[in-house]
Amino acid sequence: MITREPGSERVSPEVFEHLVQLAALELNPEEAEYLRREMNGQLTAIRELEAIQVPEGLPITSHGVPYTPDISQPLRQDRLQPSARAEDILAQAPEVEERYIVVPDIPRTELE
Amino acid sequence: MNQALCDLPAYRIVAGVKRGDFSAAEVLESTLARIEAVEGRPPGLEGEPADGIGVHAFISLTPERARAQAQAVDQALSRGEDPGPLAGVPLAVKDIFCLAGTPSTAGSRILRNFVAPYSATPAARLERAGAVTVGKTNLDEFTFGSSNESSAFQPSPRNPWDPTRVPGGSSGGSAAALAAGMAALSLGTDTAGSIRQPAAFCGVVGMKPTYGRVSRYGLIAFASSIDCPGPMARNVTDAALMLGCIAGPDSFDATSAQVPVPDYTAGLEQGVRGLRIGLSPDYARLKFPDPASGELREQPIAAEAQAAVEQAAQALAAAGAEIIEGVPMPNTQYGVPAYFVISRVEAASNLHRYDGVKYGYRFEGEVADLLELYRKSRGRGFGPQPKLRILMGMYVSGAQYEKRYYERALRVRTLIRQDFEQAFDPAGAYRVDCLLTATTPSTAFELGAIYGDSVLMQYADLLTVPADHAGVPAISLPAGLDRSGLPLGLQLLGPDFSEARLLRVGRSFELATGEQSWRSVHPPVLAGVSHG
Repeated sequence: MITREPGSERVSPEVFEHLVQLAALELNPEEAEYLRREMNGQLTAIRELEAIQVPEGLPITSHGVPYTPDISQPLRQDRLQPSARAEDILAQAPEVEERYIVVPDIPRTELE
Repeated sequence: MNQALCDLPAYRIVAGVKRGDFSAAEVLESTLARIEAVEGRPPGLEGEPADGIGVHAFISLTPERARAQAQAVDQALSRGEDPGPLAGVPLAVKDIFCLAGTPSTAGSRILRNFVAPYSATPAARLERAGAVTVGKTNLDEFTFGSSNESSAFQPSPRNPWDPTRVPGGSSGGSAAALAAGMAALSLGTDTAGSIRQPAAFCGVVGMKPTYGRVSRYGLIAFASSIDCPGPMARNVTDAALMLGCIAGPDSFDATSAQVPVPDYTAGLEQGVRGLRIGLSPDYARLKFPDPASGELREQPIAAEAQAAVEQAAQALAAAGAEIIEGVPMPNTQYGVPAYFVISRVEAASNLHRYDGVKYGYRFEGEVADLLELYRKSRGRGFGPQPKLRILMGMYVSGAQYEKRYYERALRVRTLIRQDFEQAFDPAGAYRVDCLLTATTPSTAFELGAIYGDSVLMQYADLLTVPADHAGVPAISLPAGLDRSGLPLGLQLLGPDFSEARLLRVGRSFELATGEQSWRSVHPPVLAGVSHG
């Protein structure tokens, strides 16, 4: 277990509960306790990044390998290509009715 | 010595099948007999204990598919046709790849019943090249781990060198299957070290190609800016053969690079004379958690791991390479902290698609509305590691933290990339052709020793993750056994698209150490099985 500096930023139970709602997860109490503890452990490791001098104006890297035009894929024609696998794909859905995927009621809020 | 057909290198299987020394069907039957002898009980979702004897490398076996493919190879040969460069080679596919008609689970309960309607490009290319798919190998759930213990399918794979130890991960089932002779090739993936770390732990070869070298189409996504499919094999020549079959552009993956694919086997024997191979002190001593206390502190990697690097440098120097010491790679130790941020953000985004609606597991009970269906399906379908990555990814990318964490991590990624660019710069101070490091800070750890501590587990990738951030290719090679008889791994890192050079250096290392006694030691799990 990573030791933590006193006063280091922690994921509070309130913030954690908010994230669980956003993530659409249902957790039991032991699981929630474990996950929040691990998140705080990871934050301690992540705080190592704060020790680095990042030069002003240093660009971000979103892919390690630079995608120059000569090694990039050309754009494909925007053309309709029917899939031969529609039935196989539909067959994976847990509930289907007349080729529609069925879900329970969709929650909605009345606009004022 | 007579070898079982299943223990032959892939290139010798191909030559033997094409010459008619034996058939693809005979190679397959030898492989299936080995699986029967060492695999043990298949894993399941109910947490079955290990049987104490098995390797448990596979989630599912595909003997019918394999028999049809082997028959097709033999029939093509009897018609005088070329069945392809991998004719009759037994292949294990990591269960993170879609393979048409097979359960493709990602090691997760949430995909327990998902049958892929199509095949991933690299898997399809291997099958078209004549490979014979014997099964789908176990892995950490969604690849999230370095030990395979997080798989929903238990028992998780054992290390064939010591069944009380992990095979590494996340491509642990693949590495274990190769080491135990249950396949000659395996298709793995590497996002922080998931090909190289298990290859090192199980004494096999694993290569993470340059990002974009191999298509990701049909790979169940984790961190899309980093995920790399790549070859795993028992020797360098086989890895080269396999890479040649899977590399190259693919119209279904816009990030697959339009770079010509050389014949990776052609220059393998050219040696290392004239090559400059770098050693970096920043891969030998760096900040990571103390194995005993967990405290983050600067310390050396395991003495035997570092000794293997130094001996390899001597062997390569004797073969004609120039060894360049003291190459600075100062941002190596920030690889794991930056990865904690970047990979979690991408994982959270990629895992939103699992909702119990379109495919995979759906909660079967009554629910009030769609939102409750999502929560219950995801709550029961995901194990702890995917949940942790989703929550962490959402936290560090939240509007109030984004600059502090995510943006900073992406800039640190630039610094890591610059370390490599400066080391490899042909006009720079060091001008190295490749770097030589240990693959892992230690050899395979015991089952249960780390699992559950997500920080210690992530630091198993300490020496492998920088290449993933930078996109550069890297290979892990078996380098001997430690005093407990566990495999040690060596890593070679090169500039973008330098796979042919890394394979050539790897082959030179094999030749230079070919007579060493450890090369004839077999994993203990093979004691008592037929070698003839």
